[in-house]
Amino acid sequence: MTRLLVANRGEIARRIVRSALAMGIETVAVMALDDESPSLAAEADRVVRLPGRSAAETYLDPEILVEAARRSGADAVHPGYGFLSERASFAQAVVDAGLTWVGPSPSVIEAMGNKLAAKATMAAAGVPVLPSVEITPGADLGDAVAGALDQLSFPVLVKAAAGGGGKGMRVVARPEDLADAVAAAQREAAGAFGDPSVFLERYVVDARHVEVQVLADDHGHLVVFTERDCSVQRRHQKVVEESPSPAVGTALRAELMAAATAAARAVDYRSAGTVELVLEPSGAFWFLEMNTRLQVEHPVSEAIHRVDLVREQLLVAQGLPLSVTEAQLVPTGHAVEARLYAEDPGAGFLPATGTVLEWSPAGEPEVRWDCGVATGTVVDTRYDPLLAKVVAHAPTRSEAVRRLATALARSRIRGVTTNRDFLVATLRHPEFLAGSATTSFIERSGVALARQPTPGELQRAAAAAALAAQAERRARAEVLASLPSGWRLAPMPPQRVRYEVVGGAPEVPQASPASVPSSGEDGPGGEVSGGAVGDPGRGSPRHVEVTYRSQGNGTFLVDGEPVGFRVHGGGWVLLETAGWLHRLHVHRVGDRVWVQGPDGDVALRELPRFPDRGTEAPVPGALSAPMPGTVREVAVAPGEGVGRGQLLVVVEAMKMEHRVTAPHPGTVAEVRVHPGVTVAAGDPLVVLAADPVPPEGA
Amino acid sequence: MTPPVLRSALDREDPAFVANASAMRRLVGKLDELLDEAAGASRQAATARHRARGKLPARERVALLLDPDTPFLELSPLAGAMTDYALGGGMVLGVGVVEGTECVVAANDPTDLGGALTAVSVRKLMRGLEVARQNRLPHIQLVESAGGDLRGSGAADEPEDALRRNLTHFAESGRMFHDVTELSALGVPTISVVFGSSTAGGAYLPGLSDITIFVRGQAKVFLGGPPLVEVATGEVADDESLGGAEMHAAVSGLADQLAEDEVEAISMCRDAVAHLHWRKAGPGPVTARPDPPVHDPEELLGLMPVDLRTPVEIREVIARIVDGSRFEEHKPRYGPTLVCGWATMGGFPVGILGNNGVLFSEAAQKAAQFIQLCNQVDTPLVFLQHITGYMVGREYERGGIVKHGSQMINALSNSTVPHVTVILGASYGAGNYGMGGRAFDTRFVFLWPTAKIAIMGPKQMAGVMEIVRRSQLARRGAPVDEAVEAARTKAVEDFAEAQSLAWYATGRVTDDGIIDPRDTRTVVTMALSACHSAPVTGARHYGVFRL
Repeated sequence: MTRLLVANRGEIARRIVRSALAMGIETVAVMALDDESPSLAAEADRVVRLPGRSAAETYLDPEILVEAARRSGADAVHPGYGFLSERASFAQAVVDAGLTWVGPSPSVIEAMGNKLAAKATMAAAGVPVLPSVEITPGADLGDAVAGALDQLSFPVLVKAAAGGGGKGMRVVARPEDLADAVAAAQREAAGAFGDPSVFLERYVVDARHVEVQVLADDHGHLVVFTERDCSVQRRHQKVVEESPSPAVGTALRAELMAAATAAARAVDYRSAGTVELVLEPSGAFWFLEMNTRLQVEHPVSEAIHRVDLVREQLLVAQGLPLSVTEAQLVPTGHAVEARLYAEDPGAGFLPATGTVLEWSPAGEPEVRWDCGVATGTVVDTRYDPLLAKVVAHAPTRSEAVRRLATALARSRIRGVTTNRDFLVATLRHPEFLAGSATTSFIERSGVALARQPTPGELQRAAAAAALAAQAERRARAEVLASLPSGWRLAPMPPQRVRYEVVGGAPEVPQASPASVPSSGEDGPGGEVSGGAVGDPGRGSPRHVEVTYRSQGNGTFLVDGEPVGFRVHGGGWVLLETAGWLHRLHVHRVGDRVWVQGPDGDVALRELPRFPDRGTEAPVPGALSAPMPGTVREVAVAPGEGVGRGQLLVVVEAMKMEHRVTAPHPGTVAEVRVHPGVTVAAGDPLVVLAADPVPPEGA
Repeated sequence: MTPPVLRSALDREDPAFVANASAMRRLVGKLDELLDEAAGASRQAATARHRARGKLPARERVALLLDPDTPFLELSPLAGAMTDYALGGGMVLGVGVVEGTECVVAANDPTDLGGALTAVSVRKLMRGLEVARQNRLPHIQLVESAGGDLRGSGAADEPEDALRRNLTHFAESGRMFHDVTELSALGVPTISVVFGSSTAGGAYLPGLSDITIFVRGQAKVFLGGPPLVEVATGEVADDESLGGAEMHAAVSGLADQLAEDEVEAISMCRDAVAHLHWRKAGPGPVTARPDPPVHDPEELLGLMPVDLRTPVEIREVIARIVDGSRFEEHKPRYGPTLVCGWATMGGFPVGILGNNGVLFSEAAQKAAQFIQLCNQVDTPLVFLQHITGYMVGREYERGGIVKHGSQMINALSNSTVPHVTVILGASYGAGNYGMGGRAFDTRFVFLWPTAKIAIMGPKQMAGVMEIVRRSQLARRGAPVDEAVEAARTKAVEDFAEAQSLAWYATGRVTDDGIIDPRDTRTVVTMALSACHSAPVTGARHYGVFRL
């Protein structure tokens, strides 16, 4: 193998390039026409443009990828994860083109690709599996369920047979909801995998998700790694992963490893793979599926075992023996990974979009950052919202977890809403710290989905933002630049700036034992005079107002209190007030400004001094897209009368179907979209005219 | 430019310094109190009523108009001091930055007699127009005025006396209308934002402006209001139909822009200034980041003696107001009672003339030469006045003090570079003239609270008057009642003293304001920057020098 094409994008493409480079293998990256990743382009030796704009036309098109490999002179293809990594036909096409496929053989991928078939194989090999009920497309649901009710009790899980990564997966608590859930899962499965087959399985309550990494070569070597625990999930997608699992003791570990060994042997596995299991509180575990690829969370295993899994994959693909033996795999310490997503946990984890305006991972403490973005990257909903995976490794679990939380909290990620604050809250949550988080952690623990800055913190952030903007304006003034800021001869009103607080939870979370230990309740938070306007109504924006006047010599009267202010360079400012010297990082882009302090980032939007005279009035009655995405279904037509709650439009973004329903009875005045169109958040979808109130006596 | 840094011999422990500083602090305290009063502290009830009508006070209108964090050089904030009129002269006036452009901003204060134009506010308004004209600064009026102050003197206790004392006449009024349109003809933009009444004669102020912005439901602009119209023609009409903003925007065309509210009007005014794309015609500062003085400006407080007869080492003042305390002195050994030299203030090159004692012939000649040198290189002049006058006495008259003083006044009068004067202490007689007095087209004159301006010192005045009276008595052979004489002399001295005070001068708008000495560099820099909006060009011709 001399030249490796990486048939993927984002952080995983860069991660694979890194290992290949270390082994002296040339790398070829691929990029869709509208996909820009300057860092990937800089790291790979060659970059091939894929002649297409959507994922379907590029990263999901085997022919185009094989052609790219041929054109670039690559002799091997690494699929990464996601996209075509588990598409047997792609693996076959690569092999047929005379190239080396980095992964298991197409037949193994095929065998494991169908969840139902895989379960059967594993059951035969003695690996414990949960019974399942298959729903073939078009089959009568009632019959299928009735025939298996003895094996099933609610809640049940609806899963796509061809699926993976949580797509199409649904938990159904009541029998009457089953039909809807199956239909939706079938639709999603058909869209995502081209196969609408789904099946039902008992939903294990309070389960943990554990998995075992395996690695096998053509020389009969099979090594099995210490298990990973990926129990913290949202919408069946992993958010925090670690190794080893805090719930697994030596005996159970041996059982898990034995099961994984049996599973791998059963299919004569080769390359890196993962056996996913569900672990019940009783200690019983069941086979879920086997992933025939590299996992997102592979770095936690790499950390504690000091192995480069991509390197091993590349060795195996070349027919070489593994460089490690199971005896050498003595785990050291504990590793934990957090997935940093562009999404808004406070809004049901909806994908977020935008331009990354600042990407500054914390230099301290030291953790592993596998980044797919950089400052300037445009994040949209066409691709996976994973921005980076962040991995901490330390001698103890507690240390690793706290270090990861600190690294995340100290990083500056601005411009796109992320789950960073949620990750920090999770990592610092007592339940997670105690190692007792299960798959229902997010729903049950009351972990803060967004950070709620204190009024003092907001006021301080606003003061820092206002004074930093003041300093900037003075620095670039074209006249009277050397004069004292805002100098007045006679009393005049102070300088006044108003900010809208962006993001954050619209209301205080009910239970927040997780709340971040701040620099002290009796500390700076309480002392700065509070001008933060509390928000009585949910959802309406919170505002902070700052007034200040310069006193000369770097002192300002901020809201009547003396505050020392100094620009410290690199975006840092020093705010000295009432016995505290606050070091804050201020980053401003247009009217948006972020202020980072010891408790995290505060995002603000500066309100204009003068309302914009050019803004268009909103269309009355227009229902707009809740998030950027693609219109899947338009359920109404103009002129149609609709009842309250009636479905109007289905918008799909990433792995979510969002149903836009009528907020009140009325008549559809206008339909502005049709299935297949891409919409931005806030785009009007349907204009609904309210039914006239019937005249009295009518 | 790196001329030497001035050395200071100042001793902060010196009892005289301590006494001076404490006296100056008291004066600055009084200044601050008066400024608070002028800014509305004394009109809180009227301000509350004004706000209750949904209107912004004048200072808030100005604050919103100015670019954030830019300095604002307010002019004559204490107009009306030591008069029958309220402090402030019913108007906020100053030079401020709007959309990066230095402009003259004049805002009527509707909480003072409804913004009526009193004798004081007319002076202030005229001064604003003059500043705009001399310095080529766009002129912005924020109008809300009840019109002319019709109270007159008819209600005075002694109408006959009042008539005889009053030497003003309607026939000499109206110059403001001339000056507004003259500005436009000179290429200096004029903008009127009308927030309320601007009626009768006042209607011409927006009428003569280049750009007008009216606030809906508030602006009221007509020649005759409903009562006058009814008396004159019998027509019954209301304010809105006679002169409302909407009518003027849609029908008469008097309003260029119709603003929905005050904030929008101010925003429109900013847009109007932005579209001027105004370029200053002066060369501007030589550096945007000048060094602050090496010596502490705080010490300016202790430099002026309580008794103004004591001379002051003017270099100690210069060392605390020029950039880096660097000063290149011209002819340091010749005519040492006038210190001349080059420096920069806030990055603007200046030639400084500062009194270091009484003006003798040599000093006057040095001044005449230095003023010409500065004109040769288009460098503005800064005068620091602490002057009891030109030297008198037989020897000096014989030596040609009048001739040499005339040379200095000739050079000054025909100098065409901008002049900025700060009166630190005494400013008596021809000393006031020769050192860039107000009457010599000085662009800006500022006073320290210690300034005293008069034809001569109060003691001299009282003494001269006493000698004159005594000689009259002697001619008539009348006896001198020493007690009466002493009382008269004391009364004359007290009156002259009161009339010479900075408060008295500034109340009459014969200067641009009293400043805290510590702000001298800031104020002069802003004044110089305003001057640089016009071309800065020195004179090539003077009157005939009597040599």
